[in-house]
Formats: sequence, C-alpha cells, structure tokens
Amino acid sequence: MTGFGYLRPGSVQEAVEAYAAHPGARYLAGGTNLVDLLKLGVERPALLIDIGRLPLDGVEELPDGSLRVGATVRNSDLAADPRVRERWPALSQALLAGASAQLRNAATTGGNLLQRTRCPYFQDLGKPCNKREPGSGCGAREGVHRDHAVLGHSELCIATNPSDMAVALAALDAQVELYGTDGARRLPVADFHRLPGEHPERDTWIRPGELITGVLLPAATAGVPSAYRKARDRASYAFALASVAVVLRVADGVVDQVGVAFGGLAHRPWRARHTELALLGAPATPAAFEGAVDLELAHAEPLRDNAYKVFLAHNLALDVLNRLAPAPAPA
Amino acid sequence: MSSASRPGHHSEVTLRVNGKPHTLRVDHRRVLLDLLREDLDLTGSKKGCDHGQCGACTVLVDGRRLNSCLLLAVTLDGSEVTTVEGLGGDGDEPHPLQRAFLDRDAFQCGYCTPGQLCSAVGMLAEAAAGHLSHVTDPAAPAEGPVPLDRREIRERMSANLCRCGAYPRIVEAIEDVI
Amino acid sequence: MTGTTGSPLGAPAERREGRQKLTGAARYAAEYTLPGRAQAWPVPAAVAHGRVRAVDTSAALALPGVLAVLTPFDAPRLAEPEDRTLAVLQNPHVPHRGWCVALAVADTLETARAAARAVRVTYDTSPHDAGPVDGHPGGYDPEEAGGQPGRVEHGDPDAAFASAEVRVDVVYRVPPLHNHPMEPHASTAHWDGDRLTVYTSSQGGTAVRSVLAQLFRLPEERITVVAEHVGGGFGSKGTPRPDVVLAALAARHTGRPVTLAYPRRDLPAVVGHRAPTVQRLRLGARPDGRLTAVLHEVTTQTSRVREFVEYAGVVSRVMYATPNLRSTHHVVPLDVPSPSWMRAPGEAPGMYALESALDELADALGLDPVELRVRNEPEREPASGKPFSSRHVVECLREGARRFGWAGRDPRPGVRREGPLLLGTGVAAATYPVQTAPSTATAEARPDGTFVVRLNAADIGTGARTVLAQIAADALGVPLDRVRTEVGHTDLPPAPLAGGSMGTASWGWAVHEACARLAAHPEQGPVVRADTTGTADADSPYARHAFGAHFAEVAVDTVTGEIRVRRLLGIFAAGRILNARTARSQFTGAMIMGLGMALTEHSTLDRAFGDFPESDLASYHVPVHADVPAVEADWIDEHDPHLNPMGSKGIGEIGIVGTAAALGNAVHHATGIRFRELPLTPDRILAGLLSEG
Repeated sequence: MTGFGYLRPGSVQEAVEAYAAHPGARYLAGGTNLVDLLKLGVERPALLIDIGRLPLDGVEELPDGSLRVGATVRNSDLAADPRVRERWPALSQALLAGASAQLRNAATTGGNLLQRTRCPYFQDLGKPCNKREPGSGCGAREGVHRDHAVLGHSELCIATNPSDMAVALAALDAQVELYGTDGARRLPVADFHRLPGEHPERDTWIRPGELITGVLLPAATAGVPSAYRKARDRASYAFALASVAVVLRVADGVVDQVGVAFGGLAHRPWRARHTELALLGAPATPAAFEGAVDLELAHAEPLRDNAYKVFLAHNLALDVLNRLAPAPAPA
Repeated sequence: MSSASRPGHHSEVTLRVNGKPHTLRVDHRRVLLDLLREDLDLTGSKKGCDHGQCGACTVLVDGRRLNSCLLLAVTLDGSEVTTVEGLGGDGDEPHPLQRAFLDRDAFQCGYCTPGQLCSAVGMLAEAAAGHLSHVTDPAAPAEGPVPLDRREIRERMSANLCRCGAYPRIVEAIEDVI
Repeated sequence: MTGTTGSPLGAPAERREGRQKLTGAARYAAEYTLPGRAQAWPVPAAVAHGRVRAVDTSAALALPGVLAVLTPFDAPRLAEPEDRTLAVLQNPHVPHRGWCVALAVADTLETARAAARAVRVTYDTSPHDAGPVDGHPGGYDPEEAGGQPGRVEHGDPDAAFASAEVRVDVVYRVPPLHNHPMEPHASTAHWDGDRLTVYTSSQGGTAVRSVLAQLFRLPEERITVVAEHVGGGFGSKGTPRPDVVLAALAARHTGRPVTLAYPRRDLPAVVGHRAPTVQRLRLGARPDGRLTAVLHEVTTQTSRVREFVEYAGVVSRVMYATPNLRSTHHVVPLDVPSPSWMRAPGEAPGMYALESALDELADALGLDPVELRVRNEPEREPASGKPFSSRHVVECLREGARRFGWAGRDPRPGVRREGPLLLGTGVAAATYPVQTAPSTATAEARPDGTFVVRLNAADIGTGARTVLAQIAADALGVPLDRVRTEVGHTDLPPAPLAGGSMGTASWGWAVHEACARLAAHPEQGPVVRADTTGTADADSPYARHAFGAHFAEVAVDTVTGEIRVRRLLGIFAAGRILNARTARSQFTGAMIMGLGMALTEHSTLDRAFGDFPESDLASYHVPVHADVPAVEADWIDEHDPHLNPMGSKGIGEIGIVGTAAALGNAVHHATGIRFRELPLTPDRILAGLLSEG
C-alpha cells in the first residue's frame, strides 16, 4: 500500500459526507480484514475513514422484542451478550466458531459482514482474479479450489464468503441497517450479499459510501431454538469447509418455523429456501429433514475437487435439525 | 487542494506503552507491532505472519488481547498498551505466568512465547468476565466466570501457534496460575 | 528417568536463555535495530518459467524514502554458488514462480513494501511443467539420495514378492509440507568497509560465513555471523537461504545496514519444503508374518534449480529383516520451488508409508501389529549387514503397549462407536540415524573457579546452551552453575549446524573433550581447545540409529469427517538422555508436528501456476492448541558405548517419524477404511465413509 489519508469523523453523518467527498475511500473499524488486504495490496484506498469511535457500539433492546446491535460492537462482546446467548444462540455459537479470540476482540459486527473472500487467488496480486481485477480471469477454477463454492457460482468467480456470523444472521432473519447520503434503509442479511454473476467484484448490495450502522435481530426469531455447526480442517482457528445455522420451532410434531442457512458453500450465506418451504408444516422427522435438505443441495454444482462439500453440508444440516427437533412424545 | 480535502499521510498519536507515555508522528500505514518494534525498540512482540494468522504479535490494548499486526497505530491515540516487556510490572520480578512457563518448559525457540504470554493474560481476564468459548456448554449460566479446564484453555489459546509444539507444556503452565 | 545421581548429565536443567525469551529481551535476526538501518522487500516472480525482460523501477524509486531497487540486471555480481538457490538477482532467468526478481530497499518497512509493489516486471514467459510426477517422462534414478545410494537391492525381490503367500501392494502419497518456523527467515546485514556482519536466523552460522565468503569473494575472517536466538528452523534454516545473500547485497549497494525479513507467504516458494512423495510398497510375507520381500519405490520431484531427493526409501534398509529388498528413488525435475530438508527428511514420509503398509500386512495376516514388528526384528542392519550399536525398538513397542493399554485390543476395524464417533487405536515404529560431524570447542578455566565453554553452536529451540553446559559440568566434575556457555557467533570456535539430529552429539563431543582435558591437565589451561575431526566423523563398524514406537487413539466424526486425536504416546530408545526436561519437549514437539503432517497440513502444488496456493498460516494449517490433546513421551534407558563420550543419540527428529503412520493406522482401526494420502482432512474422510456406505 502506498500512503493514505486518515480521518476520524465525529458522527455518522460526518462519516458519509467524508466518503462523498472522497469516493474510493474505505471505512475502517476493527481492521482485521481491511488492514490485512492493505498489506497485501488488494485494497489501495486514498483515504481511511475511521468509524471505530462512533457511537455505534451499543446493544439495545427495542420495545417489540428485537435487539439492535451497533455496527462497531466487537464480535467477542456480541457473542458474550446474555441476551444473544439466550434468545439467538446460533449467533453466539457462530461468532465463537469464527476466527480467534484476538480477532474477535477487534472485529466488528459491520466489518464481519463486509469481510472479503479468503480465496488465495484473490489475495495474490501475481495471479488472475475477476473479483480483484475484473476481466483478468479466475485462477481457482482450473487451479486449487477444494475450499470453493458449490452453489450459485458463476463462470467468472467461484469464491466463498468466509463469515460464520453472517450465516447465523441469515438464518435468524436479521436485518442490516445502512445509512448513506440518500438516508437510511434496511436489507435482510440473507439478501445483503450477492452472487458473483457477471460482477464478482461486488460482494454485497451496499451502495458506494453507505455505512453499516447496525444489525437488527428480530423478535420473530427471539427464543426460537437455534444452533450453528461448522466443519473445518483443524479443531479451531480455521475457516469453514461448510457450516450450517438452523432456526427451528416444532409444535405438535410439525415444523412451524424454520430458517436454514449454509456457510462455506457460496459467494454469500446460502439461505436454504427450498428446504424451508418443504419443511414448513411438515412433520419434524429425520426423513422429512433429509428430503428437504436434499431438495436444496440438488442445486449444487460441485467443481472438480469439492464435491465433498455437498455431503458435508447434508450431514451438518441433518445433524443440527435433528438435534433441535424435540424428541417425539412417547407413544 | 486544501489539507482538509486531502489529509496527509502522517499523524501524531499518543499512547501509553507499559505505563510510559509516547507521542509519535506515525505513517498511517504503521501498525502497532511495527511501532513497538521499530519506533520504540520493544522487539519482544514478534512478527510471525503480519496478517493475524499466528498470534506471535499478541499484546494487550486497554486490557484486551489483540493482534498488534492488524492495528493501525493512528487509530490507537490514547490507548494503554501492555507488551511482554511490561507483564512483570515495574520491578525485576517476573509475572507468575512467566515463571510458570520456565518451570514447565513451555517454550523452545521462544518466538511465539511473548504472544502466548500476553494471550494467556488476556484469556484469564476474559474467562473471569464470563466470556464463553466455542467449547463452553451453551447451557452454562450466563453470568459469572467460566471455569477453565484443559479443553477450554486449548480452545481459547488456539490463535497462538507454536511450531515447536510446546502446547501441552503451555497449557500446564497456564493451569499453574489459575 | 533422570541421569546418574549427582551428575549434571540427564538432569532436567532449566533453559539458560529462558528468562530472556520470556521477558522479550532475546533478540532475533530482524531485531538488531542498527543506526540508519533500512528495510528490504523482495519482489517474487509472477510467472512459473521464463525470463525477466525488463524491470521498470521508476514508480518505486519515485516514492519518498526508497533507497534502491536491485534487479537481475544491476545487482552486484556474486561468485557462482554451489547451492544455486542463492544465485539471486544474478541473471534474468526465472526457474519458478516466487523466485526473487527484484529487491526494494527503503527507510521503512511500509515504504519498502510499497516500493516492491510499485516495481513493474515484464517477462518472456515459457511453458512450464509442474507435473504430475506419475508417469512423467522426465524423471531419472538419482545416484544418491540423502547421501546414500539411490538404489539398494538384495536377493530377488520381484520373484520373492510374486511367490509370497501373503502380499500387500499399495501406494501411499505424502503432499508437499512446509516447515513454517514461527520466525520467518530474516537477516540483518551491515558492511563496515570490506567487513561484513550479518545477524541471521540460521541453524548453522559457520556455514553461513563460508558461503558468504565464497559468494562475496572475501576471506572468512572479514565476516561475522551472529545467530544468537533462532525462532525455529526444522531444516529450513539448515543452510543459508536467499535472505542473507539479499540483505548483504542490499547493504553493500546502499551503504546502510539492511534487514530482510521474508513475508510469511513468500516462504513456501523460497526456503524449501518437504517434497511430495508417491511411494509404492510391496510386502511379501509367510503366514507366520516373517517378511520375504520388501520393495519400497519412491517417486518424488525436485526443482530445476538444484537436485534434492526426498529419501523416503532409506527406512526400508534399516527396519525389518528380509532376504529380498529393493529400495529405490526416482525424481522428476520440474519448474517448481526447490524442496529441501524438513524435520526428518526421508524418514518421516518413508516411515509413514512403510509403517502403514506394515499395518495393512498385519491386517492381511490377522496378526497383532506390535507382534508383526517383533517377528521381523533383524539381527543386523538389513541393507549393510552391520551389527547395530544398539537397537531397542522391541523394548519401545513393548513398553509403549504396556503404557498405552494395548493388550486385549480388539483388532476388528470400524466397530467402536460413541454416538456419531468412530474410535480406533494405532501403532507405528520409528527410526532415525545417529550422525555426528566434527566440531571444535574451547573450555576456559576462570580465576574465580567458573568455566566458560565456547563454540559456534546454534540454539534453535533445542536448549543447546543448557545441555552443553551439562556436558561440560559432567566432564569437568563441577556443579552446573559453575559453567557458562557461549554459542551463536562466528567469533567462537567453528561448529557444525543444528540439523540431522546431530547438533548436541557433535558439539557435545568437542565440549566433552576440551573439558575432560582441562580437568585432567589443568596446566594446559586456562584455555583448552578440542577438535574432533577424525574422530567424530570416523567410520563405525556399527549401524547406529535411534528407534521408537508411537501409539495413537483417534475419534473420527462420521458427520463431518473431522478427526480428533485423543492421545499420543511415544517411547524412544535414543541412547543417554542428556536433559530430561528439554528432551521431553523435543519429543512431544516433534510428535505434534507429526500430528499436523497426518491430519491438518494441507498444501497443493498448483499445476496451473506452479506454486503453492496454501502459502499463509490461515490456509496452511499447522496444528493449534485445540488439536493437541494428551501427548506423552518417555524413553527407555539405553546404554550404547559405540556413539560418543556422552552415549547420546539425536532426539530432534525421531518424534515426528512414526506419528503419522500411528495416526493413520488408528483411523483405519476406527473406520475400517484405508486412507493412503495425507493429510486426513474431512473431505477425504467423508468421501471414504460415503463410498464404504
């Protein structure tokens, strides 16, 4: 990285105005991914706008029973928050399955949502990557892609989103709050990240200069049983080969609320809508779970070396669904 | 172009390191690890990967353990930093964890050791504050300290790589001071 | 298991440099902050094969604080090195991706990095060949492998195997593996006129000095090499690497002290790695388990820069009695980074394959794998016919089996379930050769009754300072606290490297000799010098090796394919153990590296690009704390009079040797599936579980 300017705005409004005056700037919070990418030369902004000290670090209960998490709340603090642990346990579990204690102490809620793929071709300036340098090609497709996508990839890009947190948020129907010069808006986390398509350089639907100000955990999933499970190459401190977050409520043996999202399989947290549709109103049985999960995974298009991810996702989802489903009442 | 519309590439920061205040003019690209090693000649904090992947650079910033290689120094104005050189306090007396590492032979080449020590100090504080880990029973009480058994220690120390494989001895040393 | 009562030898003495390392006072190569020091940053080649056509340095040189950019066209010229990986910036040829094609030097790390990025290199690209080695037409059978003949054959192995009553014919694969010591390779160089001083991260400063002298055409006495603290090496710092040459070039060119600390992700392409091996094992046996044929055929690869043969086949020349033996190597030069030593080169991958195949044979025979090994215990070294100076592998197996609770083990695979987990146990033997090299050392008697021992040994984490003081105190007959050790500096008497598990034996021999003479003949003092040339390197009529046995228990998760180790036990026969505390750490540490080799360390040679995409520590998974359960190591008392005055064997490497096979055999016992390619990551385990139904 060549040198860059540095600004520490005093308010959200000042932050977005600073960006408007310096297109191509980057917002900096925890920096765990951005500083990494600055050093690699993947990111080369002329200006960093430090939002780390803005008053966005609160966690607040809203009257409707939802929880508003500020964008700069640290991942470790969010995982430890008793309200999150009790009401949205999949989120706490996903956060704790991610990265490391040191990184979670720095990484923020907003930054975690905006972290970029760990595809090694994306990180290596000496190799082609359509995400880093549109039009340069994809090194991973014919190269080493054991860790890459099996769902929703495109000719141009097979990268995966590395976040654990976002997978849980997607399954929990969380919303991301954005603020820009056009004002505030909300997007479901499940729709916040894009598929690569023709524009793999764009990870999300965020508009230039928009700032994530928070994440809203909805009352609708508060207290609903949920869990997160992840498989990885070593016991800790590794990105997911595949992961799953499940939100499941069963009444009288029938599924009456369900959210399933996969991590490690696609360019975004993969909300398993086919699975959910099939399960809603269906009996909460292992056979029903398996059929519903396979409906989703039938859409997988594995590459030369990553077909295992389909089995792995299948196993993970069934394990968590069966675990969350109450044992059938004795006959 | 005015300086307001195009900020420069250096800024002045003041931070306290091991209790001593330092005011420096830093390149915005400078990370805390390089500030410690290059500007303050505090080379105890180690550079193993420079990308938050090994833990050798772990220091305590305002009491929390962090990868100093990923912290831009300019963002830390007003922070209190503790490095391995400051763990023992003012006197010549080592921190109990340093003594335990020696007793247990919890290091070989020594390069990951400062990070292991700072990380362990931070970890003990986190557990005392009730922070759970990936291996804590999710049904554990939401308040109060988390007891640290070997499984907990191993999970919580997993960001500190040791290629010499001193892990079993490190865990024993940490248990000695709990 | 401590040493003789009263002797400092064998005592669990604390590390002498411990306090420095624990307080951050110990300085490593990049931490010599000399006045005016500049920083260097390499530019790695972005093509796998070709020539540098041009280097445009203008944008880099325009950055404030940039001192220079060295290129292949204008860097100072060096003499032709014997190790061609050190011929950096000497010509525009690019032998592999990652090869250094320019070097930026600047006032600060940040500017040096930015300058390296701003250098524009254009290439004339040539087609590259990155394998695979299977069936590759460009291979050859090397004369030598690891200093031994590339091919050894006794009897008629083909016929013996063909007619064997029980046969195993299997292929095992070990991927590229990376040393990744926690301290990246680094050097700080400083010229004072025509005197060169380097602070470098090296396993052997004496060799660094002689190589620099040859390259820079200087007499050795004008070069000082300091390697006081070294943050691990595991073979990758055994000989000088490009960092020390580049730092010295840059310092000479700029007239400033210069530090080059390699970025972590550059290391795999630059500092050597364990070359991948494809090993075909054919074992023929009688129904009672006695081997009639062992055929161990190794195919591996090297770079086009220099030949390095991963000598995995040599273990079959040592381990088991067989009248018919073939041990061969075949190597394919490719346009890829140069392989080199990684902890137990040859033995670690070789014993993984041999000991896994032996487990398959035990299965085929219906024989306990410990018993199978015992039945094939040779009376003499199979390949050489020499008697062993000592060989207690059976004792290690028996003691390990007792401690591990092996007796009564149900041999049936795939039957122990704990919820979704499958449990299994495995065993493997280990071997590592005993080698020594000549060394010099001095011992000084000081007027205050203390002693100082001096030699240019390297303490890369083994505790060399401590154990050498113990050897000295023992030979002098004085308490340990009366002896000081000075190591890690070329002003000290020359000594060989810390490598090949021969550091302590080689250095200790000279230390012992100097101290014994000083004790016996104080009048020769106050300084006595010893040189073991002619003794430490004398041929021995004995085959000399350390041995060991590894036991492992694993749990395989059938949901995810994840494997967790429950316990590892290693029992070793390695002569006299000189420091119980540091020895145990070396054994268990190497076992943990073996755990990584077996389960987590995944690297791929990307054939499309000719390098290793898993180049950083986020993608190349060395084991973390959470991967490492109860790991225990112990040893049996072994008295071997045919070694050195201490009666010691090397202990730095044998701990890794049998670990991967023991774990792999345990995974088979757990799952009933033979996985024959490392590492045993969830993708492979799941695929295996799925195909077995």
